[in-house]
Amino acid sequence: MRILLLSYLVTLGLLSSKLTPQKSKAESIAAGATIYQDFCLQCHLASGEGVSGVFPPLKNADYLFENIDRSIAGIKYGLKGEITVNDEIYDGIMVTQGLDDEEIADVMNYILNQWGNSSDSFIDAQRVAAVPKSILEQ
Amino acid sequence: MKKNILTLLISFFTLQVGCAQENTPKIETPETTNYTYEVVVDGIDIPWGMAFISSNELLVTEKSGILYHVKEGVKSEVEGLPEVYVRGQGGLLDVALHPDFANNKVIYMTLGANTEGDDKGGNTSLYSGTLNGTQLRNLKLLYKAGPNTKKGQHWGSRIVFDQEGHLYFTIGDRGNRDVNPQDLKRDGGKVYRLNLDGSIPEDNPFVNQEGAKKAVFSYGHRNPQGMTVHPKTGEVWENEHGPRGGDEINIIRKGINYGWPKITYGINYSGTSITDKTAAPNMEQPFYYWVPSIGPSGMAFSTSNVYKGWKNNLFIGSLKFEYLERLVIKKNKVVKREKVLDKIGRVRNVVEGPDGYLYLGVEGKGIVKIVPTS
Repeated sequence: MRILLLSYLVTLGLLSSKLTPQKSKAESIAAGATIYQDFCLQCHLASGEGVSGVFPPLKNADYLFENIDRSIAGIKYGLKGEITVNDEIYDGIMVTQGLDDEEIADVMNYILNQWGNSSDSFIDAQRVAAVPKSILEQ
Repeated sequence: MKKNILTLLISFFTLQVGCAQENTPKIETPETTNYTYEVVVDGIDIPWGMAFISSNELLVTEKSGILYHVKEGVKSEVEGLPEVYVRGQGGLLDVALHPDFANNKVIYMTLGANTEGDDKGGNTSLYSGTLNGTQLRNLKLLYKAGPNTKKGQHWGSRIVFDQEGHLYFTIGDRGNRDVNPQDLKRDGGKVYRLNLDGSIPEDNPFVNQEGAKKAVFSYGHRNPQGMTVHPKTGEVWENEHGPRGGDEINIIRKGINYGWPKITYGINYSGTSITDKTAAPNMEQPFYYWVPSIGPSGMAFSTSNVYKGWKNNLFIGSLKFEYLERLVIKKNKVVKREKVLDKIGRVRNVVEGPDGYLYLGVEGKGIVKIVPTS
């Protein structure tokens, strides 16, 4: 009986975790806005325009849209060395901010859909978890 | 006519807000210089803190959680560090040698930590340990601020010592400005004072106040990332980040309220106002404030004769504008500001070495020594 009850509870637990609706895109973007304020805004600014030559823009940034997984990796592992964004070279350091996978997904969804940016991609924690550090060396 | 006056008033107001004047004295760029720099330690992304053991031996923290022991330019990782909680501006921050390090080998570090084992984030901590070569032993947690938070901002932190056997360290407001800095019962937005063994000095200002954090020495701070002791007066000098505008230099005195966020010369990053007050009763004015913000970090007086005309000047790193700022102080007033090594990179730290040279921690470069050329 006890085993039956236990397996019933375990099954229920598994089911409910499966059935919990995933965060909607709007919810993720809203959560990402808070992360952006706390961790990104000081350099990339409220406008997402960054500082020319020092902190790359996120608004209308070709690098971001052409390298979504690499951008995820940059937030996840830190980004160092030369990158070209909208024909301008940046050679700074963005250190890892200690965000978890879900927080990275949220802030990615925010920057991909803010300041006139728009993306059909929806980033979730699973996608962030799957991005390896090695992608930055390719 | 009424409309005209209104228009005039509006445009006057817009002008006032729109072009906030640079606080005097204005920063100068020297036309000629008689110094250059050399990189003495490389390969450190964010060299947050540094402490000299001798002219050619020093400790350097890397924010991500590495403590380097550097001898003759060769760096080795120190083992046995406490677990570092890295989040936002937090990580491994300052390092300092016990005043009697030569005999007891004791060092102090401030770092982001979660010592409670909860999943609520972290807060600034102060540790001591004994350095045995490149091994850190006898770790002691001397202070841990609470509560933990997942906020990324404003951890501080610098460590200095006075001549009377006290250690001072700073913790920023942890991104909770309306709650922490003005409340003595809460950590954050404070300068703390401890005895060298971590105990609370009996004459700390709030030891008899019920519920107050007994280690607090002064309060109403935003995010102090520079601190040094004046070579002549022995006073503790501190600098802190303001919001947009309103970075400050303060001389730290016992029990004083420095006003954040009730008074400030800064505004929100978004451009909206925090308070219209720059002064209030029982709140200390800064010794100097910057508008616009320079993003100050690190602080040192030059006391040697290594550099012509720099003796007794104050040096502060600018993260934002990527130079070292030289401030000339006369009769308790900043009378001149000058850029040193403009565009060198984000200057995180500045320290005067035992050899009298100035050493900078520059993000992406490492440790840089300023060398006179003539």
